Amino acid sequence: METYIFILFATLAVAAAVGMITSRNTVNSALFLVLNLISVAGIFLLLKAQFLAVIQVLVYGGAIMVLFLFVIMLLNLSDEEQMLSKFSVRYAVGFFLGVIVLSQLLYVIASVTGTLPRIHPEMEAVGTVETIGDALFNIYMLPVLVTAILLTAAVVGALLLAQRNISGKVNK
Amino acid sequence: MMEMDWYLGLSAVLFTIGVIGVLTRKNAIVIFMCAELMLNSVNLTLVSFSAQLGDVHGQILVFFALCVAAAEAAVGLAIIIAIYRNNLTVDVTKINLLRW
Repeated sequence: METYIFILFATLAVAAAVGMITSRNTVNSALFLVLNLISVAGIFLLLKAQFLAVIQVLVYGGAIMVLFLFVIMLLNLSDEEQMLSKFSVRYAVGFFLGVIVLSQLLYVIASVTGTLPRIHPEMEAVGTVETIGDALFNIYMLPVLVTAILLTAAVVGALLLAQRNISGKVNK
Repeated sequence: MMEMDWYLGLSAVLFTIGVIGVLTRKNAIVIFMCAELMLNSVNLTLVSFSAQLGDVHGQILVFFALCVAAAEAAVGLAIIIAIYRNNLTVDVTKINLLRW
């Protein structure tokens, strides 16, 4: 049963990723990415990481992708007439490098096949909000506070960068 | 119960699709979304190792990676808006001020 669910989510994730890099319209790409992120959240659930699956859907599929869609709407881009740069060296080299990366990764994984154990039996209790919250607010208290500072700095920086004029006439 | 190899293989395939997208597409926003895809596939690897070891720390790392990804998305999209204001395009082949 678990195998079939994995195959369903994995096929959905890979198909959505391929659809994302091949679709002409940017909005379609963003929606394909949402589908991909939600199927990866399903795979997190299969790995018994309930908290991260929920966070994935909320933060990635919700917040970040809404930000992407807002920017696409703001820039009001038309469809690309020529999606790939002229079926040229760039395309061929990109595809070639991609195949090299994939074969290296799969080679490494194939060399450890059979030695990797299955899901740890204690995993049911590890992925819950309770366990993760306990670790976050005891051992990792300082990193959590630093993350808060990081997010504040990112929001201020984003506002400053997206402003129409940065301190007078720097741009023009 | 499935073995871990399949999860790692799926993560490798997703990462490769992201690499191919970054190398072949011209639209800056799509390139940025491919970077998000790669981040996400690495998160999948971390979660599968965490599940394999029954250890909570891998999931904490994924949590922080998600926070950094959110900050990175906000700043990156602001940079794309600023580039669009100056050049009226997000085509990376036409943004060539610092190219020789």
